[in-house]
Amino acid sequence: MSNPTNLKYTASHEWIKTEADGTITVGITQHAQELLGDIVFVESPAVGRNVTAKEECAVVESVKAAADIYAPVSGIVVVGNSALDSTPELINSEPYAAWIFKMKPSNMADVNSLMDAAAYQAHVNSEAH
Amino acid sequence: MTLKQTPLNAAHRTMGAKMVDFGGWDMPVNYGSQMDEHHQVRRDVGMFDVSHMRTVDIKGGDVRAFLRYLLANNVDKLQFSGKALYSCMLRPNAGVIDDLIVYFMDEQWFRIVVNAGTADKDVAWMKEQAAKVAPSLTLTPRMELAMVAVQGPNAREKVWQVLPQTKAATSELQAFQAADCGEYFIARTGYTGEDGFEIILPASKVESFWKALHQAGVAPIGLGARDTLRLEAGMNLYGQDMDETINPLEAGLAWTVDLKSERDFIGKAALLANPPTHKMVGLVLQDRGVLRGHQVVHTAAGEGEITSGSFSPTLNLSIAMARVPRDVQVGDVVQVAIRDKMLAAKVVKYPFVRNGKGLI
Repeated sequence: MSNPTNLKYTASHEWIKTEADGTITVGITQHAQELLGDIVFVESPAVGRNVTAKEECAVVESVKAAADIYAPVSGIVVVGNSALDSTPELINSEPYAAWIFKMKPSNMADVNSLMDAAAYQAHVNSEAH
Repeated sequence: MTLKQTPLNAAHRTMGAKMVDFGGWDMPVNYGSQMDEHHQVRRDVGMFDVSHMRTVDIKGGDVRAFLRYLLANNVDKLQFSGKALYSCMLRPNAGVIDDLIVYFMDEQWFRIVVNAGTADKDVAWMKEQAAKVAPSLTLTPRMELAMVAVQGPNAREKVWQVLPQTKAATSELQAFQAADCGEYFIARTGYTGEDGFEIILPASKVESFWKALHQAGVAPIGLGARDTLRLEAGMNLYGQDMDETINPLEAGLAWTVDLKSERDFIGKAALLANPPTHKMVGLVLQDRGVLRGHQVVHTAAGEGEITSGSFSPTLNLSIAMARVPRDVQVGDVVQVAIRDKMLAAKVVKYPFVRNGKGLI
């Protein structure tokens, strides 16, 4: 599965979608879910929490390991995806649909400066070596 | 450092395994979904490459007397050929050097299978002790042998399909019994809580055996599922649930230590002098989350620690084995520190799962 070109990406393997209402939606990439394996638990950040870029703000746990999810930019958490409470495995089957949380960035320009799909793919390739 | 490889290394890669460094060995952690592999063993049959474990043959006239002294369990329980016994091997201070399975073949020959990560120190310790008390014995690590575990409700049928010549000798085997079928040493043992066989065979034959099992419909299972299967089955993992700093009475292994007989064994005096202050219990998480090793357990009787924890695919909730103060009781609700939260867990008896069925 290739990485959608309408999304932005972080080096820590989150994807970011810019919404029309000025919020962003955050999930983890195909590559990240593949590394983690079968996901069994998601802890999304508290609504209203102020986060700074690269701060740990959610946790995804697979059978074998726990992984921190980082805020891609600074801002305030708007909502977590409660559907993942009972069906965390959606992250494995549909990583680009199973979003983890939405947030309102303090500065939208921060989002625009994140990696695009091609830069992210190059980053993944470089980590493999 | 170059990782050590089993004779099945190429076969794992051909089957799409994700390989990891497992204690210096290049081993398959999974071939696809770890969860699917777990269910495959509980519901049907799967095979594991355990060739990194080491078989050691001990031969000589006084082998039984030597093992009576070397091991915490009593080899006098082994009274017919092929009978197996699970035991710890202890330091004089009763710390666990390793846990192992010993097979009685005849009065001149016992076979021991030890863990991969401890194999070198185990053999060195056995040789050191033998030199002191039984110098005529020969201890031979069988580096030319490989080992495959076939586990699950349909495991034995599949092994007989692939090795029909061994069926007569193995069809009557009960749990913890083995038969020496020439090149194939077949034991009704395992590390999953399911029925099945562990087969020790020449390394030169293992790849064709593995492929024949695969042809017969036996799925390869990685070390990831091996760990969740053994955790559900309530079986200790050396290096995690016990090591040289822990004695077997505090590792949930009192049932494997024979303190009743008159015999002396290495570690006995230390065990008698130090009554246990902690014990192992099972935990079932009541809140959402995943229990993991090293998380601190807060109880009314003091603090404890999770030794092994994970998500249980069979029970669909999180379970753990934990070392806690002796006064903690089954049925108690304790608190486990997970990141910045305290989550409730119920104290239970393990095993959690046996022969495909949840027990809690």
